[in-house]
Amino acid sequence: MFSKFAGFSDNNMASISDIRSMFPALERKVYGKSLVYLDNAATGQRLSSVIEMWDESSRNHNSNLHRAVHLLASEATEEYESARDAIRQYINAESREEVIFTSGTTASINLVAYSFGEAFVKEGSEIIVTEVEHHSNIVPWQLLCQRKGAFLKVLPVDDDGYLRIECLEKMINDNTAIVCVSHISNVLGIVNPVKEIVRICHLKGIPVLIDGAQGVVHCSVDVQDLDCDFYAFSGHKIYAATGTGVLYGKKRWLEAMPPFLGGGEMVGTVKFSGTTYAPLPMKFEAGTQNFSSAITIRPALEFLKSLNDKELNQYYEKVKTFVYDSLINDKRIRLFGVPRGTTEDKIPLFSFCVEGVHHEDLALILDKMGIATRSGQMCAEPIMDRFGVSGMLRASFAPYNTIEEAEYFIECLNRAIKMLR
Amino acid sequence: MYDNMTLQEAENAVIGEFSMYDEWLDKYEYLIELGKNLGEYPQSAKTDDKLIKGCQSRVWLDYYIQDGKVFFQADSDAIITKGIISLLISIYSGRTPSEIASSDFSVVEKIGLKENLSPTRANGLVSMIAKIRQVAQENK
Repeated sequence: MFSKFAGFSDNNMASISDIRSMFPALERKVYGKSLVYLDNAATGQRLSSVIEMWDESSRNHNSNLHRAVHLLASEATEEYESARDAIRQYINAESREEVIFTSGTTASINLVAYSFGEAFVKEGSEIIVTEVEHHSNIVPWQLLCQRKGAFLKVLPVDDDGYLRIECLEKMINDNTAIVCVSHISNVLGIVNPVKEIVRICHLKGIPVLIDGAQGVVHCSVDVQDLDCDFYAFSGHKIYAATGTGVLYGKKRWLEAMPPFLGGGEMVGTVKFSGTTYAPLPMKFEAGTQNFSSAITIRPALEFLKSLNDKELNQYYEKVKTFVYDSLINDKRIRLFGVPRGTTEDKIPLFSFCVEGVHHEDLALILDKMGIATRSGQMCAEPIMDRFGVSGMLRASFAPYNTIEEAEYFIECLNRAIKMLR
Repeated sequence: MYDNMTLQEAENAVIGEFSMYDEWLDKYEYLIELGKNLGEYPQSAKTDDKLIKGCQSRVWLDYYIQDGKVFFQADSDAIITKGIISLLISIYSGRTPSEIASSDFSVVEKIGLKENLSPTRANGLVSMIAKIRQVAQENK
């Protein structure tokens, strides 16, 4: 029904130029220069296969899901549900009922903060987050604390950007309701020991939510192996359409949680005397779903699978090592999130400050040189405070970024610093 | 810098300066230079009530009235922003409130500053202009 994603077979080795040709936006010129897109941690560029699928869905299968008996409706529903199956398989969830479509990581976390909170958080409960969290994994919990009279506790991070998990055991007590931690910080780029955190929490029977917005991009996620209770991620960071996301939740939790939003197909029967709810996963999918976009997660996951290629990984590693070495050896630069020993714990995401230079000036000049970076607080104000800075410059790489782009970035960064100092 | 000119002449002079540079990087070089040369701003005036809202970087704008003229002073922790505010000050500082209030501030658009700034910075620029206008209105 849909044009299938053109992946690589085993004997058809992928090259960086093959990868780049899948992303139309990479051909763009900005200010007459070739675009060098290094803001991938904010959003990834979109795959052709994603754009084509959205286009095809809009042209030929635009119909509301799960409702009508006509052909278009059944085609749309089939695509949507098969995307759910693909996600289930990719993250190795035990059942498809554990995969909820949302509008993104933020919506996924808000869903848990509300529904889990309604069922399991009471006055005096404690919720643990970490110092490295994105605002999306802080504010929903603060709202919950305000509603319920619960307390937020914060697991600290050390100077290198590693979570001090030795503190976790002491922080947990009988009042702890849930522990919420990012798989990878969007500022530090350090892979957090989430499996170990889950193990520690489960010894005391405490559930764990993982914010996987960055994690799913860079790590292979197996929710059964992690044994996490919730895992949230967005589609747009893995090169799918915006406004898409997933909440994985263990069935026993999801079944015990009340619905988040009401209306649409999330119901069993509706009477003025009372309403029953649809079974999982629809219980949590109220209203008309963003189906034309949600289904694009499927080709995006196909793409992620195709990246599991020795040569591509070596190339990606080379880009990461080059940028890391250039930044860490520059005395003017203070890099945040410094890996211990090898760079294995670090993804190619580099947030830093330059002595005597404002991050925003750097970003502005780099932009005019054709390089898209991010400057500011990156939706993570507490970690800025932790390191005593008003903001940082962040360059985040994707598998389509070349070594030449990395070299150009370092060269332009030097030029920009010279201009500004 | 443009003290001996009318406001209109000062605006035209700035437009002329800017049109000498074709490349945006060169225009930034020019703004950076202006920023570096902006007069000292008193540390004691770096208070929250003088902070301009809407800027990603911090901008303080203060003023005093002398001989019926408004004199602005400003500072920012980002140098390009400092250059932009320096440019505005060179045009509008040392003029009477009614003279300032009569300007349509189209100079900013004419030198292409507004559309060439990131949305957050453009918002900051709008806020800076609004503040200069407000000061002029209040002291007319």
